Order: sequence, then C-alpha cells, then structure tokens
Amino acid sequence: MSAMSIPMPLRKPAAKRGAAPVAGLFCALIVLVAIFAPWIAPYDPDALDPLNAHAPLSARHLLGTDDLGRDLFSRLIHGARTSLAGPLIVILAAGTAGAILAITAAWFGGWFDALISRTLDVLFAFPGLVLAITVAALFGSGFVTPVAALSLAFVPVIARVMRAAALRERNLPYIEALRVQGFSGWHICVRHLVPNLAPLLMVQAAIGFGYAMIDLASISFLGLGLQPPAADWGLMIANGQPSILAGFPQQSIAAAVAVVITVVAFTAVAERLATRFGGDHAPVR
Amino acid sequence: MTRASLLAGGHQPDPAALAEIRARYHLDDPFPVQYWHWLSGLLSGDPGTSMVLKEPVTALIGARIGNTVLLVAYAGLLILLLGVTAGVVAAVGGRRVDQALTVITTVLMAAPAFVAAILLIWLFATTLSWFPVYGSGTGFTDRIHHLTLPALALSGGYLAYVSRITRTEVRAELAADHVAAARVRGLPRWTVLRRHVLRNAAPPIVAVSGVTVAGLFAATAVAEQAFGVAGLGSLLVQSAARQDMVVVQALSLLLVTVFVLVNMLVDVLNAVLDPRLARAGAV
Repeated sequence: MSAMSIPMPLRKPAAKRGAAPVAGLFCALIVLVAIFAPWIAPYDPDALDPLNAHAPLSARHLLGTDDLGRDLFSRLIHGARTSLAGPLIVILAAGTAGAILAITAAWFGGWFDALISRTLDVLFAFPGLVLAITVAALFGSGFVTPVAALSLAFVPVIARVMRAAALRERNLPYIEALRVQGFSGWHICVRHLVPNLAPLLMVQAAIGFGYAMIDLASISFLGLGLQPPAADWGLMIANGQPSILAGFPQQSIAAAVAVVITVVAFTAVAERLATRFGGDHAPVR
Repeated sequence: MTRASLLAGGHQPDPAALAEIRARYHLDDPFPVQYWHWLSGLLSGDPGTSMVLKEPVTALIGARIGNTVLLVAYAGLLILLLGVTAGVVAAVGGRRVDQALTVITTVLMAAPAFVAAILLIWLFATTLSWFPVYGSGTGFTDRIHHLTLPALALSGGYLAYVSRITRTEVRAELAADHVAAARVRGLPRWTVLRRHVLRNAAPPIVAVSGVTVAGLFAATAVAEQAFGVAGLGSLLVQSAARQDMVVVQALSLLLVTVFVLVNMLVDVLNAVLDPRLARAGAV
C-alpha cells in the first residue's frame, strides 16, 4: 500500500472518542518497549536454537519460536525499534521540509509559488511505494534508503495541505497589521505563521505516521528494506510466509497483528488531535 | 560504483563487458545526448534491454502485463461492486446493518495489503483449499481462480473506503429536498434511490473510486509478490532487488503514466456525470 498519495484514510469516524486514551496509552507503551527493548526482551533476538524450531506458544517462549528457533516475543520487541524509528524519521523529515516549502511558497507567491507547486505536483504523481522501490534499485536496500525515499514521497502530501492553510493564514488581517508595523517577513513567518500553523502540521504528521509505517512495512515485506537477520515487523511477516504453508503461522501473524494494532492506535490518537485542533476542515486545493 | 557497473546489475564485470555497456548506453556522450538517446528510444517503443535477464524490456512487460491488468480489473470490480453496494446498504438498511458494516469496514481499513495477504494465505493454505495461494495460472478461468486471493488482498482497504464514502454521500442525498419531493410524488423507493439519490451521489464516488483504481497499479507490487503472481508489480520488486535499472526505470515510468492517465480519465468522467464541473473549468 502506498503513501498518502493513495488516499485510503485510516481515519475512523470521530465518534470513537472513547478509544483515544486507551490508544494513547498503548502508543506510549509501544514507544517504551522500543526504547528499552534489550532490557525487556527475555532472549537475544538473534540467538539461534535450531533444535527448538517452530516451538508452540508456551511460558518459556510466549509467542513460540520461528523456523530457526529464535524467540518470537523477543524479536517482536526488538522489531518495534526499527518499525517505529522509520516512520518517525519520515514524518520529521517530510514535515519539516513540507512546512518550509509550503510557508515560503505561500509567503512569496508568484512564480516562486508556481515553481514549488508544480514540482510538488510532479512528485505527487509518484506513488510512495513506486518511488521507494525505484530508489531501492538505485541505492540498494537497507534502512536508510526506503526511509529517505518515503520522506521525499511524503513531502508533497504534507506541503499541499500546509500551503493551502498558509495561504489562508497569510491573507488574514493580522498579517497585514504586523507588516504595517514594520515587522520583517522572517519575523512574521517564524513568530506568527509557524505557531499558528503548528497544530495543523502536528495533525498531518500524526496521520502520516500510520501511512508511513504501513509503507515501510510493505517495503520490508517486499525484501527491499532491512535484510535478514534484522528483527523488523515487515520483514518478519515475509520471512514467516513459508512457515505458514508448513502450518506454523505464528511469526507472520504476530508481526502482522503488531503492525495493525500500532497503526490503529497511532491513528486513533491522530484522529483525536485532529478533532481537538480543528485540523479536520477539508484541505483547500 | 560507476554508472556502467550499476547498469550491469551492481557487479564488477570484466573491462570488455563494461566497455560494451558504455558504448551501448552512450555513457561517454554528454548528458543531454544520453538523455536524447533514451527518450527517442522510449518514444519509438524501445525502453532498452534488461542487463540481468538479457531480454528486451518490452518482452518482459508484454509477458506480464496481462496478469496485472486482469488483477487490477478484478480488484477494481470488487471495490466498485462490493464497496458501492455495501455503502448503499449501510445508508438505507437501518441502524443494525449500518453498525455491522461500520465494524467490518473499520477492520478492513486497518489491514494493509500484506497483512490481508498473509491472513488469506493462512486461511486458504491450511484450512480451506478453495483458491490456490501461489502462482498466476494459465487460461482465463484458471487465471481468475489464481487471482482471486490477490484481488481480495488488494481490494480490502479500498473497498472499505469506497463503501464509507458511498454511505456518506447517499445519506446526504437522502436528506435533500428533491428526494423528499420525489417520495411525495409517490415514486417507488427503488426509482427514487436509482434516479434521484445515486445519480446525484455518483460524482464524488466516481472520483474516489478512480483515484483508488489508479493507485491499484502501484499496490499490485505487494499482492503479486505475496502470491507469486508474475505481473508488473512483482517484476518491479524483483528487478529492484537485482538492481536491474533499465527495467525499473521503464516500469516506474509506465506505472506513473497509468496513474496520471487514470486520474485524468476520472476528471473527464466526472465532467460527463456533472456538466457543472466542466463549465466551472475543473477539467
């Protein structure tokens, strides 16, 4: 599944407000697990135990073991690190670049705005997944390449919404008032425009996080992201696929459930932020 | 790594082979000349030859495009038929039905294609054996049989999305005055739904479905790779893993072109459905 360029909203109707605190707690838990993974995981995620391969769920191995006898629970815990760090970097990079492009385009207007907008339109035609695959072909697989490619793919998605908002904001009377008082453009942008647009940017970033996570997991699943023996959720789903046919679906199912629950939790929080900060109004094209 | 060795698939072949690659791809010419060679080749229908598979890209694409088009058509049909039907049923079927469908679409939306694929493989490889979980099949019925699970995995999330949009649009139209007027005139329920509600709710549904189908071409990568279907998506992924740049370049260009073309087609279709859009200069 591709970036936000394929508009498949993970956003649920606002009615599910009651779930947000639970989702928030879960997000915090996942982040803590990712940070303290080496201390929480009961086993070394890469420790092989071929004699104990495909062990069923038990007290010793909570989720059983994979085809090489590695403890799946420990691998799932360690997998949280790359699975969360990837989307986080994508969102930080694309959010920063998107916001800067959007605000400068809206502020200067004219040919500068046209240049930025058309460039973003061209980039927008590349589904995130296709861009990431193409870049992986050029620079090889790994962690950095898909993250960089996806950051690039997310810039137009964020910049489009932010530009429309910045344009609205820029035409409000207070900006003109500040100008008349002799404040510089830099001052107005940094001290007034950016703080006023920050909530919307935060909502965009929070929603984008879920999409980025799915895309990065897809790339890992396709074998173009992290390589074995890395413990990464997308990679675990793909590596477990042959075992499913042998009747041992734990690895793929556990990793798939981890991806889905995490995405749903982060999206529920994003949804709550959106209703709270009024970022819900439709983006003006 | 030099460009010649990159084209050779990331290896370091002997100098003679490298020299041949440099000559074939005009790598010693200035950049605009190289670009012209590539562009003129592309426009005359020759995007080049795969360095790894030693086959023309057109032959590689030709052998696989049928599966991908069939898969996208199958998934698109599922999305439109099931999505729109579920949306209309949710809008007119009463609270119970609506709630049940909301739960189903929420679950579908949260599951990305590879998760859906894994669950389908698990279900159909171990418990049920209605559909094959691997390969592309031969002949039309066998191919449809093989493409059923990939199409289901591909369409799940989009189907839920189209159903949500349809529900919202139909709800909004049902509340409109002209629908009340049609009902007061004593028109049958089905006629009101078809001629007054669906006709007016169609443009946004078509717009969303169109963008969705356009995105399907890119999303086939995951479904084809998971189910071992020989299509353009799996070719793109495998070529990327082999660093077969000539194939990757041609395929991503093709996918993006299709994406843009389908989006344009949707705009035109929308103008046909709602002539006000054309007059407003939206196309």
